[in-house]
Amino acid sequence: MSDHSTATLGSPPDDAVDGPAVHRRSQRRQRLFTPALLVGLLITCGLLLLSLATGQYEVFSEDGFWMFGITRVPRTIALVLAGASMAMCGLIMQLLTQNRFVEPTTTGTTEWAGLGLILVLWLFPGASMLARMSGAVTMAFIGTVIFFLFLQRVTLKSSLIVPIIGIMLGAVVSSFTTYIALMTDHLQTLGIWFAGSFTRVVEGRYELMWLVLVVTILVFVTADQFTVAGLGRDMATNVGLNYTAVLFMGTAMVAVATGVTATVVGVLPFLGLIVPNVVSLFRGDDLRSNLPWVCLAGIATVTVCDLIGRTIRAPFEIPVGLVLGVVGAVVFVGLLLRQRKSGGLVT
Amino acid sequence: MTTQLDRARGRDPRRTTPPEATSAGERGWAPAEHAARTPEGRTRRSGAITSRRHALRYAAVMALLGSLSLFFTLGILGYGNPMPFGSSGYWLIAQMRVETLLIIGVVTFCQAMATVAFQTATNNRIITPSIMGFESLYIAIQTGAVFFFGIAGVTMLTGLPQFLMQAAAMVLFATILYSWLLSGRFSNIHIMLLVGVVIGGGLGSLSTFMQRVLTPSEFDVLTARLFGNIGNGRAEYLPYAIPIALLAGGVLWWRARRLNVVALGRNTADNLGVNHKREVMFILLLVSVLMAMSTSLVGPMTFLGFLVATLAYQFADTYSHRMLFPMAMLIGYTVLAGAYFIMRNVFYAEGAVTLIIELLGGIVFLIVLMRKGRL
Repeated sequence: MSDHSTATLGSPPDDAVDGPAVHRRSQRRQRLFTPALLVGLLITCGLLLLSLATGQYEVFSEDGFWMFGITRVPRTIALVLAGASMAMCGLIMQLLTQNRFVEPTTTGTTEWAGLGLILVLWLFPGASMLARMSGAVTMAFIGTVIFFLFLQRVTLKSSLIVPIIGIMLGAVVSSFTTYIALMTDHLQTLGIWFAGSFTRVVEGRYELMWLVLVVTILVFVTADQFTVAGLGRDMATNVGLNYTAVLFMGTAMVAVATGVTATVVGVLPFLGLIVPNVVSLFRGDDLRSNLPWVCLAGIATVTVCDLIGRTIRAPFEIPVGLVLGVVGAVVFVGLLLRQRKSGGLVT
Repeated sequence: MTTQLDRARGRDPRRTTPPEATSAGERGWAPAEHAARTPEGRTRRSGAITSRRHALRYAAVMALLGSLSLFFTLGILGYGNPMPFGSSGYWLIAQMRVETLLIIGVVTFCQAMATVAFQTATNNRIITPSIMGFESLYIAIQTGAVFFFGIAGVTMLTGLPQFLMQAAAMVLFATILYSWLLSGRFSNIHIMLLVGVVIGGGLGSLSTFMQRVLTPSEFDVLTARLFGNIGNGRAEYLPYAIPIALLAGGVLWWRARRLNVVALGRNTADNLGVNHKREVMFILLLVSVLMAMSTSLVGPMTFLGFLVATLAYQFADTYSHRMLFPMAMLIGYTVLAGAYFIMRNVFYAEGAVTLIIELLGGIVFLIVLMRKGRL
């Protein structure tokens, strides 16, 4: 595992930060359901209701209810699933790599998923959604494994280098994808895909998103194992965790969630990065009690961005991925500068 | 715990030695032209060139690259010209090809100089200036013009004052970013890099966002402008781009010895009496000028600089920037002109030149990434 030099930033290493938190938990288990969480839940539900109520079609007309059922409801469900799962993916990856700036878009995972999609389109024209998805999931898994292997091979001067390398790696992969797309006339598909959007989500196209729910539930079940894995390989092995198995499981979860979301919705940049980081700014690093918050914040963020995209140029829609890209970049830079001042966000 | 010590020292081996050699211990690094007398009275020197064999190899590689460049240059100029030799039409076509060659020359000059200097300043041989958001800024400016002023916006961006304004905007952006992030008590080059990358990503989203809103005809005009390629570069900018690029490159060349010291890392450079922070800021400013020139001529290229710089370190095997720069430029020229010549005359696909280079550079990037021990 790559442990980071602390000389560059002058802040304590990860395990020193996590240590007291784990210690505290052994004394007093934090309660999962607090009044604050209820408030958060209410706000998120309010946003979702708003999402159900927003659109061009008059839902209170004769066939309005039918329309409501085939577009608005699926779209809102997809928002919930995508927001929660992508935020969780970021959290899992950050624990497994012990790096706060890692998430599917900064490790090239989404680009690999795109490569999988294009390969399936190229080799099996007219492939079903399920086939495309399998391609995306498989390649996302391969890509994530490659990135983790790379992290284990090199020693890094600063943990901030990791996302930079990941983004460059993504650029390499997407240049391959672009090349294949250019040769097979799929460039336009690629462009649409790269700007994640919930516009295409209607009944009959989103059912595969329920796979993501399975992943989300699994994360809740196995949360403690990821917390321990976050202490690093040696520490985790010492307390009796099969580190490699957890790493493999985490990678598989991330790949499934990223691949499925990428196929149905497209790329949602920065979501897995800003949500967990903002949550830990407020609540510290106890994974189990943070999970519901990460889910809620992820859902809320995606819903707000989607609402912005839907209303800013109605009746046309701006893809949610673009709104997220702009908003996420601003928040990310803010986080970075905050860390620069305090030196407390990363090691 | 030797690894701990190495890490605390925080410098990477200044040579591209195979991994087993670096793990066995980093080689020491003598300052240039350091002479010492051995007991036998012979003078022992250690400089940019370590031995006669090294000098020979450097010269041989340069000669080979030079002849290859010459071959491709003549090939691009003279090969497959449909007009009879000496007629006025022949010279007209040749003149157009000269423009292409000039564009290739300027682009490789800029990218080679900028990447080598940037990697020295950031003390990291794996990143390139192109991920720092320069190209995204260029695209954002172009898209913004069309977005706000329609097709008139495109014509607003052609011409000398507009070209200079664009370049100035890019340089201003770079200056603000660097001076803000590299100054003060909290200066940290890695944060600066990451902020640049993220801003680049955000600007990219913003551009796409604006492009989605354009009418199809506006979008067509925009894409024709944005996706510059070698065969269709904007030759009208050449008269301004060449002197500016030469000026920035000349300043880098003139300060090459300072660059050698900067490459030793912050603490060493400060101890040797070079103001490391100021020097790095100045280098980055020049890099942004060079990148602005390159991007305005042919649009974004991510991995060309990386490819060129990496190969130059590999072949030249020296720390001296005055030897690295020419090598990197020649490699870049050979690669780009070669790719253009082959793509044009063998595959009839000039548009794919940049894409091919990106693929090549990307593959080299992956190889280097997997072979490197520390970053």
